[in-house]
Parts: sequence; structure tokens; C-alpha cells
Amino acid sequence: MTEWLERHVPKMVLAPSFVAVLIFVYGFIIWTGWVSLTRSKLMPKYEIKGFIQYDRLFASPRWDTAMDNLFIFGGLFIGISLILGLFLAILLDQKIRAEGALRTIYLYPMALSMIVTGTAWKWIMNPGLGIEATVRSWGFESFTFNWITDPNMAIYAVVIAAVWQASGFVMALFLAGLRSVDEEIIKAAQVDGIPTWRIYSAIIIPSMAPIFLSAFIVLAHLAIKSFDLVIALTGGGPGYATDLPATYMYAMAFSRGDIGQAASSAMVMMGVVFTIVVPYLYSELRAKHD
Amino acid sequence: MKKSVFAAAVVASLVASNVAKAEPQAEVLHWWTSGGEAKSVAVLQKEFADNGGTWTDMPVAGGGGDAAMTALRARVLSGNAPTAVQLKGPAIAEWYEEGVLADISDVAEAQGWADVLPASIAGHMKCEGTWCAAPVNVHRIDWIWANADILKANDIAMPNTWAEFNAAADKLMAAGVIPLAHGGQAWQDATVFEAVALGLGGADFFQKAFVDLDMDTLKSDQMVEVFDQMRKLRGYVDGNFSGRDWNLATAMVMNGEAAFQIMGDWAKGEFLAAGKVPGEDFLCVSTPGDGFLYSVDSFAMFNVDGDDKQNGQKLLAELIVGKSFQKVFNLNKGSIPARTDVALDEFDSCAHTSAADMAASNTGGSLLPSYAHGMALRGAQAGAITDVVTAHFNSDMSSAEAVQMLADAVANSL
Repeated sequence: MTEWLERHVPKMVLAPSFVAVLIFVYGFIIWTGWVSLTRSKLMPKYEIKGFIQYDRLFASPRWDTAMDNLFIFGGLFIGISLILGLFLAILLDQKIRAEGALRTIYLYPMALSMIVTGTAWKWIMNPGLGIEATVRSWGFESFTFNWITDPNMAIYAVVIAAVWQASGFVMALFLAGLRSVDEEIIKAAQVDGIPTWRIYSAIIIPSMAPIFLSAFIVLAHLAIKSFDLVIALTGGGPGYATDLPATYMYAMAFSRGDIGQAASSAMVMMGVVFTIVVPYLYSELRAKHD
Repeated sequence: MKKSVFAAAVVASLVASNVAKAEPQAEVLHWWTSGGEAKSVAVLQKEFADNGGTWTDMPVAGGGGDAAMTALRARVLSGNAPTAVQLKGPAIAEWYEEGVLADISDVAEAQGWADVLPASIAGHMKCEGTWCAAPVNVHRIDWIWANADILKANDIAMPNTWAEFNAAADKLMAAGVIPLAHGGQAWQDATVFEAVALGLGGADFFQKAFVDLDMDTLKSDQMVEVFDQMRKLRGYVDGNFSGRDWNLATAMVMNGEAAFQIMGDWAKGEFLAAGKVPGEDFLCVSTPGDGFLYSVDSFAMFNVDGDDKQNGQKLLAELIVGKSFQKVFNLNKGSIPARTDVALDEFDSCAHTSAADMAASNTGGSLLPSYAHGMALRGAQAGAITDVVTAHFNSDMSSAEAVQMLADAVANSL
């Protein structure tokens, strides 16, 4: 009996969440896929009409902007966060005083909700209230920093806020990685008189490859599902210059009564996620088999 | 003594019969949750209770009604629709097509709605000939609000044409005043856009472009001119307008930072709340050009089961269009009554102008639904137009490009 329990209790305990995930994640993915093939407007309809929603989606200039923004935002956000996070981690790794306090300070932005980050940076970058107004009041009359109101630059303003939020978290990840490198190897290198930057670039950083990968995955999914930051920071504006796929989908589903269009954009977003996650899963699973 | 016993018996029997008749009940879904609006709903709630009804309030705030619509969708899908829902314009027809709206023609006919509502507004309340919604108010969209002191100091009269407006704005620019207070949110860009379109193109143009979605009109030279004027207006806005809320733009006019604002008549509430007097501190005039763009809030009646709920629905419809509610509600909200036979003595001068213009444009055929506020078009089409308007206003796109984009976007949204 106890043996039977030992064998089956874990399965029984996991079953409800397994069923829930099956229905509420995979079931609804299938549902969304189905709806994306219909002419659903205000309410979902189930009569399949082919790929018309995808045709409409790819003909929409707003969707083009949203996808372009996703790549600009995602690329810069992931790249800068990784570089900045690594840089901060290396600085903190120099056995400095009050490291614990500093680490906490850098990690804190991650504890904030994106809404808070967005609202705060909206004010900081507002040309009439924030940085621009402050610097001008110091006497630099020609200073301009109006990215947030400039449709061509607004997406970079979003990147700034997002990097501020996430780079501390990346730093913490890397710091843990740096500490996990074998002390002996580093000491051996120091004895051999290798300069510190060489130690980092040739020994420590290459040995942290798995950390890079997990940081990348975490940041990539943050970037793709980014929604609240844009809503709070720019509201998708000026115009729709900072629209992301997620805000596009929200507008279609909830403001415009165009559920078919929203479903098709959701499917495309999922496709983007898959192109990133599937190779990762594949490499992970293969590594286990070997 | 005998008499009072008799009276008591009559009363008792009346009460009994009332109970047997099923007490009217109504569950009302709305998103009027901010100060003045909440007060306005409370008026209806009280009248409903005074008439023996039980009101179940279901306020869903957020997203300018988006959150409420999501709640509504869930309720309808689960087969448990609210009695009445705050809906407007073509959204009523959209829900009717889903087959979930009730028929309240008997109330409408008994109360003679057709005689007291302007025909074009009554049209929005009907679903294929039967009445299915009750109008609450009429907001006018094409208002231009001005700071009286600034105009006087710069010797400027309220503009009657867009050319006059541009001249006035240039003069104000030279004097160092921001000519136009504006908030760079898509719906505000659209509000200005439709006022310009009506002013430059006239009622016929507006009807063809934004109600009938006529492709030739959307691509016409007239539309290019409208976008040209939008580009001009962009130059009259301060550099810090992106994402600003409309009430902050109103405050700029109030504080003398800016001269004009183009905004619906809810802006009046901001002025009045700050103790400003219409005609003295601030001026309200329709935007240059003829016509009247309306946005009518209404309650759509959904199919419900049970006598108590259906009675509640009928009572609610009767009260909403009733004279006393129309007056009290609109005094609170800043709009004007939808029915034309309400005495306007207690209303301010802006409301008088609005009511007079509504009557005049009703006979003149220029009483038109606002596209920017969801009266003329369904969400997908209106949204497609707004996308182009806001993209043009916030970039250096040429007017010709914008017109082409407009036609493409509308075609793609159908």
C-alpha cells in the first residue's frame, strides 16, 4: 500500500494542475488559433473562413509598426541589459565594501511593477517636467531630450525605462555566475601574471555561457509580452509609434470589437516566442539525452 | 372612521396587487464612475427606487468603457445579460445582430419618443424598426473653447472659418501664447480631425466620408485639405502635448497658458468646477463651419427572463427618457437633454447654444453623428481612421500619403 502511494501520490497531486494547464494554456491556444481563422467581430464565431484575418493583419501599417518596434525594442532591451548587467556584476565582483547594500539597490527596480516604472519614467522624460526642463533651468537653454514625444525616438525611450528595470536583475544573475567560477583557476591565472581583463574575457565569461542563455530567455519573453510598460509610459503614442504586438492585440480585442484580428495577432506573437524558445528547449532536451 | 378603514383596505389591496405584479428589478452595467458622472447615475438610481424598483448597480470602470464591454461579453456569453447596459451608436446594432437585445417599442410608443427625439438620434435607438435603447443625453463634439482674456488682450474675435482660426493662431504665436491646447492621445487627435473635416467639407462631405465610408470621398482633394489643416494645427500645439489628458489641456486654457481648445462639451464641466463663468471667463462657440456633431449616451436593453426584470426594464426606459431625469442628469453631466421639449431655464448659455444649434441643424440636415466618439462607425472602422489621423498628426507624413493610407486602412478594416 505504501509503495503504491509512494508511486502514485505525486501523480495525483500534479494531476489537477496538469489538467488546468492543458485546458487553460494549450486548450485556449487551440481556441485562439481557431478563432483567428474566422470573421469574429464583437463575439467569437466558429465558422472557418480561411486566412483573411492574417491577410488583414499583414496589410495593416499599424501592425508593421508594432512588429518593427518589437524587434527594435527586443534587440536593444536584451542587448543593453545583458551588457550593462555584466558590467555592473564585474564591478561588484571586485570585493568592494558594502556590496550587499549596493546589490540590493541595483536589484530593487525589478521589484517594482512595470506600471510604476512606466509612470515614473513618463515624468522623468517629459520635456516639460523632467530632465529637459531641469537641465534647461540650469542654464543650458538649447538642451533637448524629447524622445518620448518624438515618434521616431519614442521607442528608444521605452528601451531606457525597460533597461533600467531589468539590468539590475541581470546583474544579480551574472554575479551569481561570476561567484560560481572556480576560485582555483582564477588564482592560478593570477599567479601566472595574466591581467584581470584577460582573466574575465578568457576564463570567467566563457564559463558563464549557461547564465547568458537563461538571462536571454528571461529577457526575451519579457520583451515579447511587454505591455504594461508601454501603456504606462507612452500609451502606445505618439500616434501609434510605440505600439507593440501585445498592445495591438489588446486594442483589437477590447477597444475595437475585432476579435478575429486580435486572435490572429496573438498567434503571430506566439510564433515569435516559439522561434526563440523551441531551439532553447531542443538544446536543453538534447543535452539531457547525451 | 369607516372612511379611513376603507382607505386602509384600498391601500392594502393596492400594495398587495403591486407585490403580485412583481417588483421591477434592474441590473445596470455602466462606466459612469467619476465624480460628476457617478452623481448623475445616482439620480437615476433614486428615481428608480422612488418608483418601487430595485436597482442593482454594476459599475465597471476603466479603459473608457473597454472594461465594461469585456464584462458584458462575459455576461452575454454565459447567458446572463444585465437588464440595461450603457452602450452607444453602432455598438447597439452590433449587439442586436448577436440577437441579445430586447424590444421596448411598447414603452417608446406609449411615451411618444418619436415626437420628442430628433430623428437622427432616434435612429440610433432603433434596431430594424423596433426600439431597443433609450437615449440619455446629447454631447456636442465640435466645440471650441477659448480663454476670453487672452482673446481680448490680443484683440481676436472667435473665428468663424478655419482661415480665421489660422490667422488668429498666427497672431497668438507671435504674441507668445500657445494657440491650441491639445492632448496627444489618439481620440483627441480624432476629435479635432472630425471638427476640421466638418468645418472644411460640410455636412454632405462628412456624411459620405465618415458615415457611408465612400471611397471616392475618402480619397478626395477635400480630404487632402482636411489633413493640410491638421498639419497646420500641429504647428499651433505646444511641444509637450504627447499623452496629455484632455482635462489638463482644458486647464491650460483656463490658466491662460493657451488660447483655444477643441473638445466636446464635457470640457465645460472643468471650467465650471473651477468657478469660471461662460461668456465672461471662457467662451464656447461651435468650431468653424456649419453642423453639429453629436455623441449620444444611451442604455441598450438586453433580453432578460422574468416579469420582475422585464418590468424593471420598462420602468427604467420610461424614466431615462422622462423629462425630470433628462434635466437633472444633463445639468450634472454638462450635456443637453436628448428630448427637445425639456425646459432649459436652469442650463447655462453654452447648453442653450447647443440646444438651439441642434434644433437648427436637425431641420437643416447637418445633425451628424461623431465618428471619433463611436457614433458613426463600428469600432474596427473608426479605429482604422483614428490610426491614420493620429499617425499623420504625430509625424511628418504628407497629406496625400495620409489620404491614401486612410482609404487603405478603411478598406482593410471592412
